[in-house]
Amino acid sequence: MIDISDIKLSNAQIAWRAAQDIQDGAYVNLGIGFPEMVASYQPEGREVIFHTENGVLGFGAAPAPGEEDWDLINAGKKAITQKPGTSFFHHADSFAMVRGGHLDVAILGAYQIAQNGDLANWSTGKGGIPAVGGAMDLVQSAKRVAVVTDHITKKGDPKLVESCTMPLTGVGCVTRIYSSLAVVDIANNRFVLREKIPAISLDDLQALTGAELYTNEGVDDLICPEDLL
Amino acid sequence: MDITVATPREVIQQIPDGATVMIGGFGGSGAPIELVHALIDHGAKHLTVVNNNAGNGHVGLAALIEQGQVDKLICSFPRSADPTVFVEAYKANKIALEIVPQGTLAERIRCGGAGIPAFYTPTAYGTEVAEGKPVEEFEGRPYIRERWLKADYALIKGDVGDRHGNMTYRMAARNFNPIMATAAKVTIAQVSRVVDAGGIDPEHVVTPGIFVNHLVEIANPAQEEELNRAEAVYP
Repeated sequence: MIDISDIKLSNAQIAWRAAQDIQDGAYVNLGIGFPEMVASYQPEGREVIFHTENGVLGFGAAPAPGEEDWDLINAGKKAITQKPGTSFFHHADSFAMVRGGHLDVAILGAYQIAQNGDLANWSTGKGGIPAVGGAMDLVQSAKRVAVVTDHITKKGDPKLVESCTMPLTGVGCVTRIYSSLAVVDIANNRFVLREKIPAISLDDLQALTGAELYTNEGVDDLICPEDLL
Repeated sequence: MDITVATPREVIQQIPDGATVMIGGFGGSGAPIELVHALIDHGAKHLTVVNNNAGNGHVGLAALIEQGQVDKLICSFPRSADPTVFVEAYKANKIALEIVPQGTLAERIRCGGAGIPAFYTPTAYGTEVAEGKPVEEFEGRPYIRERWLKADYALIKGDVGDRHGNMTYRMAARNFNPIMATAAKVTIAQVSRVVDAGGIDPEHVVTPGIFVNHLVEIANPAQEEELNRAEAVYP
């Protein structure tokens, strides 16, 4: 199997690519950790309103160290700031925004994504203590659910699979995957390859993917800024 | 009417063994640390606690678990920067855990306070969380039935309160506090400042006083995050 360690996109590059698809005026929820990086790469001239499920819309960047106000945090329990246009609300309202279909985009991480759009990202199913947070609400009800992820696991197993073997977060919910090698849509229960990095061949990409990649609608080069590490 | 009391102790001491207690907050933000510590001092045991998380470090909810006072925790996300106390209690089978998706937890609490015994949600359909729950289709889409969640007591934290129990909150510290206030038989609130009736603009009231039974002023309340950075341990 080919070694992709030198050619795959960095997390910052994946986040940059995901950010390009977020339209001006969109209401967006970013998962804890890697997906939060998407906020750093909004194209100039677009105003995106970020939602954090603990009860803030339109928050600002992290404060300088020492200036944290611990009443003002995001879903990852990290300090954030308010800015003109920020609003606060309680948890039932926050999840009415989610469940009621008011969020335009949710971007999450993934353990596995199946070709029918099933997502597993909350429990490896190997014991340990389960923790779900707001993921099951977000994936079932945001207007568009996308995933940012490495294309394969650290062990080299595909994360894009025929059907998930890990416990599901939601069924048939993901419509686009931004991976370290490609941009893949899910349509009609199959993976449709939209873009791939030029450094990998179609055959090698298919070998690293656990279900068939459909390419008959044309595949573009996935080019990200080089200086994002 | 004046529902204010001078100290947490005088109202917390009515909480009996075996009570179900909702504790507000999301992580440390909006967590009523002083009320929880008064519950530790009081010593009620075999509690069922409803909180989004499972405590962090050795203060607040984590300390309540560490003291062996909690038999069962209903939460969405039992992880934190330092979840040691919960993890050890869970692995030793000293505490039961019911995992509820966060939005479902919020809506169960809201329904508990609003007199709605059950509701349908798309959240968790097709996952192991939905096992055994009734499924019904609405407009061609499957939903699962969830039940309300109510408590004997709610311990909540606000910013300003008046002697009727009208309350405001501070930024993201609002989170679960207003809905928990509605879902308990007895709601005990701590606020940073108590004012006379009229001291809060009625347009700014988030929790109307009808949902609050006891109000205690804790000026300069502790922040869980700051206590943990100082490696505080309670008691």
